[in-house]
Amino acid sequence: MKRTDWILVLLVVVLAAAPLFLARSAEFNGADAEAESAVTEIRPDYQPWFSPIFEPPSGEIESLIFAVQAAIGVGVLAYFFGYRHGLRQRQQQGDKDK
Amino acid sequence: MTRRHVFQVSLTLLVLLGLSAQPALAKPPQMHIMEGFLPPLWAALWFAVALPFWVIGIVQIQRLTREKPEARLLLGLAGAFAFVLSALKLPSVTGSCSHPTGTGLGAILFGPFISSVLGGIVLLFQALLLAHGGLTTLGANAVSMGIVGPIAGWLVWRGLRSRLNEGVVVFLAAALANLLTYVVTSGQLAVAHPDPAGGVAASFAKFGAIFALTQIPLAISEGLLTVLIFRALRQNAPAELRALGVQEA
Repeated sequence: MKRTDWILVLLVVVLAAAPLFLARSAEFNGADAEAESAVTEIRPDYQPWFSPIFEPPSGEIESLIFAVQAAIGVGVLAYFFGYRHGLRQRQQQGDKDK
Repeated sequence: MTRRHVFQVSLTLLVLLGLSAQPALAKPPQMHIMEGFLPPLWAALWFAVALPFWVIGIVQIQRLTREKPEARLLLGLAGAFAFVLSALKLPSVTGSCSHPTGTGLGAILFGPFISSVLGGIVLLFQALLLAHGGLTTLGANAVSMGIVGPIAGWLVWRGLRSRLNEGVVVFLAAALANLLTYVVTSGQLAVAHPDPAGGVAASFAKFGAIFALTQIPLAISEGLLTVLIFRALRQNAPAELRALGVQEA
């Protein structure tokens, strides 16, 4: 049971790390940046008719916002599991007291 | 047991965050249809498709919070999971980056309608603050990530869970939801931008090669992460799962 979980963790990390070693010369651009150039390739005359209202002024700011997004999510996840953990502990405590 | 689960999940996410930070420096990687890259008519059409799902999803959320208040925390959890996963831009063997969607879990727990609302919230956040995806393409991106992907995941879950090991079914559902998201994205780009020589099919092959291949390893990662969180839920929130009808097999 617990071993299965550790194997899952390990697999995910390996899957994420492997490309960095397998495709060393790659630039790791976003796949949609590539789709963007594919659109201009297929239709050289296509002009995007709307641009983003707000764009992160730099890569750093973008990383910041992505980190905030992940942090909000992890915060909720941690709250949920912490809350459930406490609840279960209290129930076990209550069973012992009886 | 519980503490170990929390530790494992946080550790994985931390490592992934660290990994995703590096390639992110090169160029803003994003995985949805970019702002303004669908002609107005197509953009409107996809909004029209997405709208009924959002409406039914919101009605279902209201009913759920009224009738099963114990499931509210779980709803937050499913949304948070999608939030975290779509912030993780992971490198793929093709040498480009993409991110998981995190919508498979919501589809398994709550079905495709509520998932469409959760997916819509994530997409809106990224369109407004990260110039990732877009407001005009929100409808199209919601159809791929929030609707078609979760429907596929939900069908896999419903169809196979009595026949196969639960973990395997969760994996398949989440991985397929992820993969189909990008197949649909390729289709949406192809019908809006057919190749002058080869038509829609040639375009689809072109966009499909960009998105779908990159996506296969990430779909596997997403499947594994969803199994991890689902196992943690089985351990820690069996009552909520039962309330939602996600019975122990």
